[in-house]
Order: sequence, then structure tokens, then C-alpha cells
Amino acid sequence: MPMVEVAGKSFEVDEEGYLVNLADWDENIAGYLATEEKVDMTESHWEVVNFLREYYAEYQIAPAIRVLTKAISKKLGPDKGNNKYLYELFPYGPAKQACKIAGLPKPTGCI
Amino acid sequence: MFTSSEDMDTDEGGVIKQFMFVNRKAPYGTIYALEGLEVVLISAAFEQDVSMAFIDDGVYELKKAQDTKAIEQKNFSPTYRALEGYDIEKLYVEKESLEARGLTEADLLVDVIVLDRAEMAAKMAEQDVLISF
Repeated sequence: MPMVEVAGKSFEVDEEGYLVNLADWDENIAGYLATEEKVDMTESHWEVVNFLREYYAEYQIAPAIRVLTKAISKKLGPDKGNNKYLYELFPYGPAKQACKIAGLPKPTGCI
Repeated sequence: MFTSSEDMDTDEGGVIKQFMFVNRKAPYGTIYALEGLEVVLISAAFEQDVSMAFIDDGVYELKKAQDTKAIEQKNFSPTYRALEGYDIEKLYVEKESLEARGLTEADLLVDVIVLDRAEMAAKMAEQDVLISF
């Protein structure tokens, strides 16, 4: 699988660009993955990415979009826990983009 | 992640069926437990009435404090705690299977409904679809 080097640290990504080892993740790598996805990271983007990382640390999966919006709504409020807000931040889908930037594996059952 | 249900070509006012996913195997050693759990998480997107049953060695899937380091596999047991967020809250565990393994409800990492064998059989008989792992 392809190796990428960012800020002197090399790491492996799969053929779709997902980080192979979650433990490799740091903010520089997230920045690289975001650039690959053509996402300009703002504080709002980081908030979602960090939320996903916390969710994964607790449950060992990337949540379904419906579950993600509900969980974000509970923690950060309904103005952020909705599809419109998340798709504005990640136009090609929070699944594809936010999970990837967060260094999570490709979500289960991504359809 | 799944496409949201709004985007899906669902049959408006379609019949909601009762699906029960039956888990009978230990969490590691075979792929059944993990695959079964993934199917359940996917099924949640279709807004059906989903429950899970844990019978025989399947009760070990819900055991607290699993440690998989020595077998170099991912400990996926925390994912059972995510089921509530997927609105899958009916987790039935067979009493006899727990007892035969020296386990009680307190050894399990999620809230469950304990049924004896006859009650479990009755619950299964109510289902529209049973899928066994």
C-alpha cells in the first residue's frame, strides 16, 4: 500500500487514501488528508473530526450518518447536529471526508 | 456511514417487520460475531424492528473486560454499547446460557433482557425474520 510522508513522518494509506494505522494520526496528517479531499479545515471542521475520533475511541466504529447527527446534536446542539450543516462542511459526505480526515477506517456498510 | 434514510428509495408507509439476529458463537475464533454485529448496524438504516438474541457461547460476545491483545485481534466489544445510539435496544440473553457459563447480567457490558429458554422460544416465534450467526 502507498506510503506518504508529511512533516518528516511517513505513514501508510490504503488505495482509497484512508489512513491504515489509526495510531499514526496527528494534526499534520489530518491536514494532509484534508488537502487531498480539498477541504479547508476551520474550527468547525476540527470540531466534527475530533468528535468522530472521540466516538471511535469509545465505540470502535465510525457512526452511521444518522447516528452521527443525533450524537452531535446531543453534544453540540441541533444547529450542528443536522445533515445540512455537516454537508456544508464536508460536501462529499461526512462519511467519506470527515472520517478519512479523522484517520478512521472506511465506515462499515457505507452505501 | 450510511446514506440517510431520507435519500433512500423507501416504500412510504411500508410494513415494518420484526427482525431478530441470533448470536450463538464466541466473539473470537470465527468471524460470525463481528460480521453479525456489522449486519445489525447496517440493518438499522432500514428502520425495521430489530432485536438481537444471545444464546450458547454467543453470551460471551457481551462479556465485560474483553482483552484481545494476546490473539492480536481488535476488541470490538465496545461497539455493542453503540447499539443504543442506533435505536437497537432489545438485546435478549438466554438465562440458561448465562448460567451454564457461570455468568450473570452483571458480567455484561450493556443492558439486556434476560429470558429463559421457553420465553426465548416464544420471542423467536413472534419474529417475521430470524437471521442466525
